[in-house]
This record gives sequence, structure tokens and C-alpha cells, in this order.
Amino acid sequence: MRRRLSGGGQRPAARYSALSLLRHGLTGRDWPPAWTHHDLAPSYDVVIIGGGVHGLATAYYLAANHGIRNVAVLEKSYIGGGASGRNTAIIRSNYLTPEGVRFYNRSLTLYQRLAAELNFNVMFEQRGHLTLAHNDASLRTMRWRAEVNKLEGVDSEVIGPAEIKKRAPYLDVSEEPRFPILGALYHPPGGIVRHDAVVWGYARGADAHGVHIHQGTTLLGIDVADGRVRGVATSRGPIATPVVVNCTAGWSSTVAAMAGVELPITTFPLQAAVTEPVKFFLDPVIVSGTLHVYVSQTARGELVLGASVDPYPAYSTRGSLEFTEEVAAHVLELFPSLADLRVLRQWAGLCDMTPDFSPILGKTPVEGFHVDVGWGTYGFKAGPVSGEAMAQLVATGETPAIIKTFDLVRFEDGRLVGEKGAASVGH
Amino acid sequence: MLLIPCVHCGPRNVSEFAYADAVLPAPDPNAAPPSVWRRYLYMRTNPAGWTSEWWYHQSGCRRYFMVERDTRTNEIRAAALPPRPADRGAP
Repeated sequence: MRRRLSGGGQRPAARYSALSLLRHGLTGRDWPPAWTHHDLAPSYDVVIIGGGVHGLATAYYLAANHGIRNVAVLEKSYIGGGASGRNTAIIRSNYLTPEGVRFYNRSLTLYQRLAAELNFNVMFEQRGHLTLAHNDASLRTMRWRAEVNKLEGVDSEVIGPAEIKKRAPYLDVSEEPRFPILGALYHPPGGIVRHDAVVWGYARGADAHGVHIHQGTTLLGIDVADGRVRGVATSRGPIATPVVVNCTAGWSSTVAAMAGVELPITTFPLQAAVTEPVKFFLDPVIVSGTLHVYVSQTARGELVLGASVDPYPAYSTRGSLEFTEEVAAHVLELFPSLADLRVLRQWAGLCDMTPDFSPILGKTPVEGFHVDVGWGTYGFKAGPVSGEAMAQLVATGETPAIIKTFDLVRFEDGRLVGEKGAASVGH
Repeated sequence: MLLIPCVHCGPRNVSEFAYADAVLPAPDPNAAPPSVWRRYLYMRTNPAGWTSEWWYHQSGCRRYFMVERDTRTNEIRAAALPPRPADRGAP
């Protein structure tokens, strides 16, 4: 018998509420599984590769917004086991290009109402987001971003050290550090979310609409004939389908190559770490491009620390001591009082970097093969809007306006969407 | 730490080096149209496995050389200087 990664055979019934929580607390009965196990069907209308936030959101919106329910999500490991479970869960929309700002802000809007829509607490906390400037050049970029943001109706402004100190009292805003803080881009709608909950919420929502989520199912090949998709081969057998959506991170080049599509992507590991939990002291998310570091405090009290991608491409998710040393040194420049805090664990995820630090969404030269890839270090925050747009593309056959600029052909046409100034901390 | 076998200095820590790019055949500057140049600039096979790439020994001899590396394990099996262009003749 095949091992079941989760779920029994029953449909999930319970709607989560305070009353159902009380009832289960009193009766001590098990909760029904949040999603179910299915055998592989011989054919589906749409097959989505990758059971992370992008794949599951695409499946959910296909079913919820467009009534397309005969959908399979293939996940080689467990859902949320890739980049969706390895990122630092920061949500923001203070980008640099108008296209980018519009796109990420739609995602933030969807995140704001996601818990109510999915009946699943995704723990989105809009605590504010501070991008620190340590020199004139980055202060200039912050002003640029603030103005573009305001024109697009996104709340962002440049603030000085005194105002920064009010929002993050433990931050060293003195003249003492090697790179003193001159100012910051303050983005009040930004914050953090519980990334596992987002994945589970979308999985539960998609499952309730009849989507099949196949965990432990590896894609082996994509069947293309006469320039269009016919089906896929998996470790559990073949599936006939006219539409395949590549929603993978780390493996997007590999999956696209199965359909004969080449992508402008190079895969780099990105490391992160978490400290032991301490009493709540840090409200906003703190980012420093100059110091290549970002810090936030979770609801549990741990500090989540991230940095820029590793300096050379790899498919290895092994952590390195250089990363820990560097991130610790940079965090201590910002917060000297954390010197005695211990790091609990560190990990790495795979980031598909594109030449312009913008994603690739939409159609490819192979009919029926669509991509939602190239998510670099900014994919998690874009999960909802990408899912919504990709679902619309599959349902209508038309590329939605909000993702038009992120098409694959832009690299042939020379229409790059330069987001390096706002998308990465390592520039 | 990963050791990169510099062809000039021998094995050194990866922190002395800069990864440059994948080794790709350059288009003919006299004949290639913009589309071919853009492909050369942006498109990558990005293999999960053995690949041939340029590394630069920036804190050492400052030479560019080619390395064969497995991107899944970071194992390195060969390093070499680029072949001399045939038309340049003897130095």
C-alpha cells in the first residue's frame, strides 16, 4: 500500500471557528484532515507542477474564480517543502518599477483578506517595513521608490534616524557604526505572514473545490507533439492533459527543458537562519541592502535572519559557516544588544535568478505549457497575485494585463523590467 | 569551505574567487543579429549536474579560467585555462 503523506479518504467538513475549536477542545476528537488523498486520474484539464504557494494558489483560483476543478497539483516531496517553506515570509509592495509596484500590491491586497477567504488563519501581521539607507546613493533610491509607490497609491515614505528610532528602539542609529543609518524607506503595509499556513490554507481551499493534490509524485517528462502539450509522465504513471503550468522554484529550468523550452534562469541557494526566541522587542521588518541582511521577529519571539544569495550557482541546500558569520556580524552592527543571542538553526532554499530581477509569467512557444517561474528571492510575497493571474490565463487563454510585462519574450525583445534596486539586498 | 583549484596558484578558498558565468560559445561579432546576442546574454541551460563555468581569481593571480563543477554536490573535476584563439598565432 502506498504511504499516505496526509489525509484520509473523507472530505474535509469542518469550518474553522471559535465554536468548532471549543467543541473539539471539549470532545477531544481528532480534526478531519484538511485535504484528501486521491489516486492519480488518467487525465486532467490542467496539471500544475509544484505544490508550493504558486502552484496551490493557481489551483485554488482556477477552481474558485473560474470553476475549473479537474486540476492536479504534482509535488515531488510534501506541499510547502521547497521555497515556500524556506523563505523569510516578508510581504511588501514597495518596488521600483510601476509594473512591479502594481503587481506586488495586488498580492498584498489579496494577502490582507486571505485568512477570511480561505477560513484559515495565515497570521498576516502588517507591522511595517523599514529599508535602511547607509549612504547617499541608497537614500536616493529610497526617495525614487517612495515617489513611484505614491503615484501607484502605495503607502511609502522616506524617514530620518529619529523617526526610525521610534519604530525600532533597539536599532543603533548613532554615528558609531561603520555604516551609520542615514534614513529609511518606511512602508507601513509591509509585514510578515506564517508561510506554512498560506500553503496549507490554499491546499485546503483547493481540495474543498475538488482539486487533486498529489504529494510524493515526481514529474519525469512532458509529452509535446506538434508544438503542443499532450500529457506528462510521472513517477506514479502517465497523465493526459492539454495544459501544464510550471510553478516550480529551483527546478524551473529542468521542468521547462522537458517541454523543450529554454529559460534565462540561473539557480542560486539562499540561506536563512533563526535565533532562539526572546521577549517581543522588534515590531517592523528591518532590511539593509548595504549590509545584505534582513531581520524580523516572529510571533513566537524568534528572530528570522536572511541575506543575499550564495555567491555561485548550485542546487545544493547545504548551509555554510561563512553565511552564519556574515549575517551575525551584520545583525550586530544594527542591533549591538543581541550579542549574546544564539542561532538555533539555519537552512537554504533554491532561488531562480533572472537577468532583470523580475519573474517570468505567461505563455511559452509550446502551446499549453505556461510558466510561473524565475522568482529569485521575492516569490513568496507574489504567490496570491501569480496564482490569480495564471488561473485567469489558463481559463481565458489571454495573458492578464497585470503580468503582460513579465512575459518570456521580453528577453528576446530586449524589454527587461529592472527591479534590482528594490528586489534584492545583494546589489 | 569549497576549494577552487586555480590553474596558476593551486587550490584556494572559494572566498578568493568570483564566479563569472557559464562557458558559452560567443556569437560571431560580424554576423550575429541582436536576437542571437540576446540569447547569448540571457539564456542559460542551468543544469542540475556537471557544468563548465568561468571563475576569476580576484584576490589572487587575477586570472580567468574554466572549471568543471557539479552544481548538486559542488564537486570539481577539472580546471583549465581557455584555449588560445587559433588565429592569434604564437605570443
